[in-house]
Amino acid sequence: MPPPNERTVCDTTPHAFTQIVSAMTTCVEVPSRERCALHELESEAIYTLREVAGQLDRPALLFSGGKDSIVLVHLARKAFAPGPIPFPLLHIDTGHNFPETIEFRDWLVDHVGATLFVRSVQDSIDRGRVVEEAGPYASRNGLQTVTLLDAIAELKIDAALGGARRDEEKARAKERVFSHRDAFGQWDPKNQRPELWSIYNGLKAPGEHFRVFPLSNWTELDIWRYIRQERLTIPSLYFSHSREVVQRQETLLAVSEVLTLLPSERPVRKRVRFRTVGDATCTGAIESGASSLDEILEEVVSARVTERNGRADDRRSEAAMEDRKRQGYF
Amino acid sequence: MAAGILRLATAGSVDDGKSSLIGRLLYDSKSVLEDQMRSIEHVSRQRGSDQIELALLTDGLRAEREQNITIDVAYRYFATAHRKFIIADTPGHLQYTRNMVTGTSTADLSVLLVDARKGILSQSKRHAAISALLGVRHVVVAINKMDLVEFSEPVFDKIAREFGAILFQLGIPRAEFIPISALLGDNVVEPSENMRWYTGPTLLGFLEKVEVGSDEPGPIRLPVQYVIRPNQDFRGFAGRLEGSSLRVGDVLRVASTGLEVVVDRLLVAGVEAGEALPGEAVTVTMDREIEVSRGDLLYSAEHPPLFADRIEAVVCWMSPEPLRVGQRYVLLHGPARVSAIVEAVQSRIDIDTLLPASAQTLAMNDIGRVVVRTARPLAFDPYADLPSTGSFVLVDPGTHATVAGGMIQGVASGPETVAEEQGRIYWIDGWSGDLRGLASELRRQGHPTVAVSDTVHQQEFAHILTSQGIDVLVANEVGESSIRIEPKSQSIRELIVQLHAPP
Repeated sequence: MPPPNERTVCDTTPHAFTQIVSAMTTCVEVPSRERCALHELESEAIYTLREVAGQLDRPALLFSGGKDSIVLVHLARKAFAPGPIPFPLLHIDTGHNFPETIEFRDWLVDHVGATLFVRSVQDSIDRGRVVEEAGPYASRNGLQTVTLLDAIAELKIDAALGGARRDEEKARAKERVFSHRDAFGQWDPKNQRPELWSIYNGLKAPGEHFRVFPLSNWTELDIWRYIRQERLTIPSLYFSHSREVVQRQETLLAVSEVLTLLPSERPVRKRVRFRTVGDATCTGAIESGASSLDEILEEVVSARVTERNGRADDRRSEAAMEDRKRQGYF
Repeated sequence: MAAGILRLATAGSVDDGKSSLIGRLLYDSKSVLEDQMRSIEHVSRQRGSDQIELALLTDGLRAEREQNITIDVAYRYFATAHRKFIIADTPGHLQYTRNMVTGTSTADLSVLLVDARKGILSQSKRHAAISALLGVRHVVVAINKMDLVEFSEPVFDKIAREFGAILFQLGIPRAEFIPISALLGDNVVEPSENMRWYTGPTLLGFLEKVEVGSDEPGPIRLPVQYVIRPNQDFRGFAGRLEGSSLRVGDVLRVASTGLEVVVDRLLVAGVEAGEALPGEAVTVTMDREIEVSRGDLLYSAEHPPLFADRIEAVVCWMSPEPLRVGQRYVLLHGPARVSAIVEAVQSRIDIDTLLPASAQTLAMNDIGRVVVRTARPLAFDPYADLPSTGSFVLVDPGTHATVAGGMIQGVASGPETVAEEQGRIYWIDGWSGDLRGLASELRRQGHPTVAVSDTVHQQEFAHILTSQGIDVLVANEVGESSIRIEPKSQSIRELIVQLHAPP
């Protein structure tokens, strides 16, 4: 393979992508459900959710307020309709939230009629379970792991459902749908259970648990198309809005009381939106005027960088995600 | 026109160009984004390479990067204007047969890579054989590195002819042969300027158009995953529909009891529908109250599955601990979970020749033919007819590791079962109690039992049930084979004791 030529990589007139948007319409517009990729992904995710409820005693859905977990909640409603979702939602709260996320979370929980548990990193810090990072690059993102594992032990959760997708990151490309965690909550990537057909092995010893990823085969584009198809409500952060930000390396960070500015940093006001909604200290915004789902879709399709590019936490090292996952991260 | 997902399996090692091919597909379909490209450029430079190593896109784990190998199945995603693709990318060496089996188990189509200079190597044959065993009906043979054989048509023809014969022997009905250069991009996405003699589709062009649905619909199967009971009025059986479409009003039979029921309401992904298609997540309610729980199977009465507690299967052994004949394993069959032992290893299959060799056990990466006995009968279809009800995995009850994947070939022949497992007909003479209640209590205790009251079809129905190992309760005499029971008491519990007493 010759080295990629610069013109192709940076091509800003993505006619191929415009075609994808127009051709890959949503299932509602396709006469035959059979031939629709989104519908297949939906069926597959519902199958996985039902396997969790059927095989395990105390599942919980890890809810961050982000678009992937919103899609997951919606799929769980469909999986068990007309009954309620037969497991609670669990939010691991870093305390470094965008206020919009918490507002949205509470609205959704109320709207869906679900039970919500919130466990906070601040409590873990107060109880001396973790030590907060210091300095302008401090993030509570890594600390969440301890809070999450403590919550799993406290609530005796045997399956934690997450919205992670295999296309997000290279270590995740090898993660199982039913991913086993030992009694210490750790992932052993070299010793994963083979997963054949769609038979998920949910057997485990007491104290162990599973992380289950019903959206494994979805891509960012699938998520957006599904949100549009199902007309899901999502937090306002995803749409273009005016906000004070600072440029830090390649990331645009939102100015807030939880972000410590470097001496050289000067906040500027820009029209931005977020592609992921995570810890406010490390989730980057992008400059964007996309204010509707259609505009977001168009932007996602023509985007030239992956959505995790905005995540300062992934850039700490080449295998940053694999290392965090081994320790029990989401 | 939007199409469904195409799931591909690839297998290969570092030097046969597989990573370049996948890299080329991802890259030319613009699925590799700037930051991913920067990241692998950066790593390539660190490793002293002046070329972009596209293998780094697929080798995600630290150990794989360090050792420059692929050790696990990696899933890759890309989409074109026509279709969404999922690539299960697996290593090709013999010691990774289990990974190849895993990756191929979910594939609609296998892409087999052949190096035009080297011709057909055992690795390509192995992947073809595994594809055949796993019932992958479509194969694309990409004859790669055509640039290194001067884009020669005779070289391509010779390999295509030889490989065609192998695939025919393996029973793979559809194969497409495409000459490509993954390195230069010829016939991958764009038609080749260098091989004007080739008039077929490009690899991507073919993958975008190929229809992989099965030729004829299978029988209706609904393995029950979960029972949805929000209130007294709704009892829905949820699962993934297999085989054929299901409509409101269809008659289904329950595997555990043999009872026939009519589909009253049908939900597809939680939404009321008149018809559901195979593969869809459905919830059905029935015209009457029935006892069905997770692991049970609903099926079309005209096309019943097979029932047996001794089955013959081809298994791929996946655990470092070899198979132990006689040891107890947990068998997962769809949503059903049952104790099982491997009664015998009949043969080990040499995956390079597909010839059977005698064997006492199977070690990791071995594929072999075995007889499995289960603690209660399985309702299944042969894997070749319907993979979803013909596949299973074995789990070690101590470590909970998945130790094998299996494909059911059929009911095991052998002297042991038939007479033993035949159900009995009990003629409960002169009892005023509730026969259905009695049957339901017996089922709860683990004895498959059905009460039959329809006098017209009683005899025929009773015999069908007993042939499936189900006991039948009747109120009137049915032929000579019924065992007459005169209840000593009106209590169900005492009657059950009486039924279990030796005649």
